[in-house]
Amino acid sequence: MALMAEAIAARERAADPVLAIERVHKRFTVSGGEVEALRDVNLEIGRGEFLCLIGASGCGKSTLLRLIGGFEQPSEGRILMNGKEVRGPGSERGMVFQDYGLFPWLSVRRNIEFGPAARGLPRDLVRAAGERFIAMIGLARFADAYPHELSGGMKQRVSIARVLANDAAIVLMDEPFGALDAMTRERLQLELLTLWQGTRLTVLFVTHAIEEAILLADRIVVMSPNPGRIAEIVPVTLPRPRDVASPAFNALRRELALMLHGREAGAAQTAIG
Amino acid sequence: MGARAQMPPGPVAFVLPVLLLGLWWALTRNHPDGLIPQPGQIASEFVDLAGLAGNNDSFSGTLWLNLLASAERVYGGFLLSASLALPLGLLIGQLPLFRRMLDSTLQVLRPVPVTAWQPLFLILFGLGSHTALLLVTLGCFYPILLNTILGVRSVEPRLLEAAAMLGVSRSAMFPKVVLPSALPGIVTGLRLGLGFAWVVIVVGEISGVRTGLGAMITDAREVSRTDVVIAGMVTIGAIGFLSDRAVQLASRRVLRWSPRHGADG
Ligand SMILES: Nc1ncnc2c1ncn2[C@@H]1O[C@H](COP(=O)(O)OP(=O)(O)OP(=O)(O)O)[C@@H](O)[C@H]1O
Ligand SMILES: [Mg+2]
Repeated sequence: MALMAEAIAARERAADPVLAIERVHKRFTVSGGEVEALRDVNLEIGRGEFLCLIGASGCGKSTLLRLIGGFEQPSEGRILMNGKEVRGPGSERGMVFQDYGLFPWLSVRRNIEFGPAARGLPRDLVRAAGERFIAMIGLARFADAYPHELSGGMKQRVSIARVLANDAAIVLMDEPFGALDAMTRERLQLELLTLWQGTRLTVLFVTHAIEEAILLADRIVVMSPNPGRIAEIVPVTLPRPRDVASPAFNALRRELALMLHGREAGAAQTAIG
Repeated sequence: MGARAQMPPGPVAFVLPVLLLGLWWALTRNHPDGLIPQPGQIASEFVDLAGLAGNNDSFSGTLWLNLLASAERVYGGFLLSASLALPLGLLIGQLPLFRRMLDSTLQVLRPVPVTAWQPLFLILFGLGSHTALLLVTLGCFYPILLNTILGVRSVEPRLLEAAAMLGVSRSAMFPKVVLPSALPGIVTGLRLGLGFAWVVIVVGEISGVRTGLGAMITDAREVSRTDVVIAGMVTIGAIGFLSDRAVQLASRRVLRWSPRHGADG
């Protein structure tokens, strides 16, 4: 029953696209020629959907995220956000970087208030947004600390709060928990899920870890390299909260390992699982 | 960094000075009228220079006037230099056009030392205290300029991206991201510049002026008053040190956020 409900909710989210990637190609000129980082990528992301992007190193995950973020332009094709073509960075598309990208000269509070202040919101709204998201990430005690005084997990919380406080409609996360230890990573995964469920946030989350993708995503976009392209899109219909030890979880893990690493890896996963 | 860097230097900092002083004393104690005066003679000369002894030679009581004259030129020249080098550095760092236009000229002029400029400055600006001040200006110029350029150029691209995705417009990028990023570099430049100012002032006051610590040392050398020379050297060392400490304390407040500067300056 729960399984049905989760699947239906996920399908409803997917049916109302907020972001559309249409026939996107991306080529880079490098010394000695051209790299085709992305070939003919087509993808629609629904409002409120949680999408994970997974694939071997170099298959263009970061490139795709940076195109959506507006930091790079597609060589061909276009990206539409709410029907409007993306031409550069914008506050409706918040980016959470693996290396945090916090402003070192600003306190936690000022970092979180940065977006609203930069967009010229009235002072009291800026302050209110700051207070709300400092409380949400549980860093009230560190509100006046500077980034270098925080742990990696705390920094990543601030960096998430920073885009949420700025009313981002879609949050782009490039291996946001990749640099954190396993325990912190698990805690932040759960916090992120809670946050996502409490809002109508759309999340596009890049990861190397199959387990992380299954734990989080409505759909998993599997990419393959040379040239980077979408190989498969796998819906995850397991009810939340997801049990990483359940047979269904493991079956999906094997399926994905097979897609990503081929037969031997799939067999290895079977042996472990 | 952290705890260790924040500790005051403590007693170990005095080991070397005490040793050197002891060595000096040991080597000169049997030669009261040698070429190198004894530490005690320097101390009593200080008292006289400060006007507290009444030896009534031509140096008695002149310390304060000379110190004031030098400080005026040092800080005047430093401020003038900063007011030129800072904006220029920001422009060159930020705008490629300025960089292409000015970079090679500045690089060619840079290796020319202040001492080499001095004769030309004397011809151009005449004998007098403003020539010393302008030499100081020149001496501080490159450290401030180069560190400012470096500060602006080393802003992390990631921070520009972060600011752009948070809604900072292209024109607001400079005050909101570039300037604060460049601040540690700017502060380093100012600190180095002020240090150079105290080095250059002695050169600047060797000729053409009657006051200042440099003039005092030059005059004393001409009449073989080595005790006054050394007292002048000690004064410059002490005042330069204090002046750097003041900048360092001020910069710690401004750069509290920087792990490299907040703690140990
Ligand atoms: N700015 C760039 N200039 C040249 N080539 C680039 C640039 N950015 C990415 N590439 C190339 O595009 C391809 C895809 O890179 P990308 O960083 O998107 O991969 P990725 O899937 O994020 O890999 P990883 O999992 O290691 O982060 C690579 O071959 C890379 O060398
Ligand atoms: Mg990547």
